[in-house]
Amino acid sequence: MKVPILRLRDILLTSIQVDLTDREALDFQSDVLRMVTKTEAKGVVIDITAMDVVDSFMARVLNETAAMVRVLGAEAVVCGMQPAVALTLIEMGRELVGVETTLNLDQALDKIQRLISERVGTAESVSRSEEGDGAPENGDAYEHPSLAEQEAPSFTEEG
Amino acid sequence: MNEAKIPINVEADIIVARQAGRDMAQKLGFGIADQTRLATGISELTRNVINYAKRGTCTITDDSDQSMIRVRATVEDHGPGIPDVKRAMADGFSTGRSLGMGLPGTKRLVHDFDISSRPGNTKVTISIARPRPSGTVQHVDRRQWTTRR
Repeated sequence: MKVPILRLRDILLTSIQVDLTDREALDFQSDVLRMVTKTEAKGVVIDITAMDVVDSFMARVLNETAAMVRVLGAEAVVCGMQPAVALTLIEMGRELVGVETTLNLDQALDKIQRLISERVGTAESVSRSEEGDGAPENGDAYEHPSLAEQEAPSFTEEG
Repeated sequence: MNEAKIPINVEADIIVARQAGRDMAQKLGFGIADQTRLATGISELTRNVINYAKRGTCTITDDSDQSMIRVRATVEDHGPGIPDVKRAMADGFSTGRSLGMGLPGTKRLVHDFDISSRPGNTKVTISIARPRPSGTVQHVDRRQWTTRR
């Protein structure tokens, strides 16, 4: 099952409507990244309204996808998380949610526009930075790369 | 006793198992939050089976009694086992490519969590229980029910 990714002006819109296997979730991740590069999108909105389970694996995929999109030079927002999913994720561990979120698609579009305009002027320095292996610099083998990335100083501070 | 046994052999079985857990929880009268807790816990545990043991089973059981509704999921495999269970239960510990939140996170989601592991047999049991919602008591001696309360 392939998750459709729609282009709306300079934004990519995607909505996960079915339960994804781990393989499908990773395929979705690379599809998003490929589409961002191909369409030169400035932002990605991922709607998860229809997802009734987001476990630690899926949370990681969403966090990482957002982090990767940002490293590419675009912005990412996840929207529409079900209340029971939010409750479960926070009960499991607060650190599982490491991505910009909004209540719904409306707010997601507002937020992504704001994030994009905040990025203007710094985009070049971001897209030039190499992907690297994402290894945390503090040498903590158990800390996940995506978390380390998100805690790294914002690129906007450079410019 | 109402029971569903799901073989865990491929990634898609993770989805089948957690859906079966949700269905059972819903049927027993659990709310959406508990349904989601159980489904997510089953998702974590069965993923461990796929990642570390390749195959196993997930058994979902209606373990309700007169005063409580209770749903139990037992995830079992015959893989290499968890060398250090205590360490595996600590936040952030992972031997695979994960956040290391699966086991400790699952424990926080459920009311009972039991794990035993040795080479060749790993078994994790989780359950969620709530007092029986009033008005749904069936085939129960009324007097006994009120005494228990």
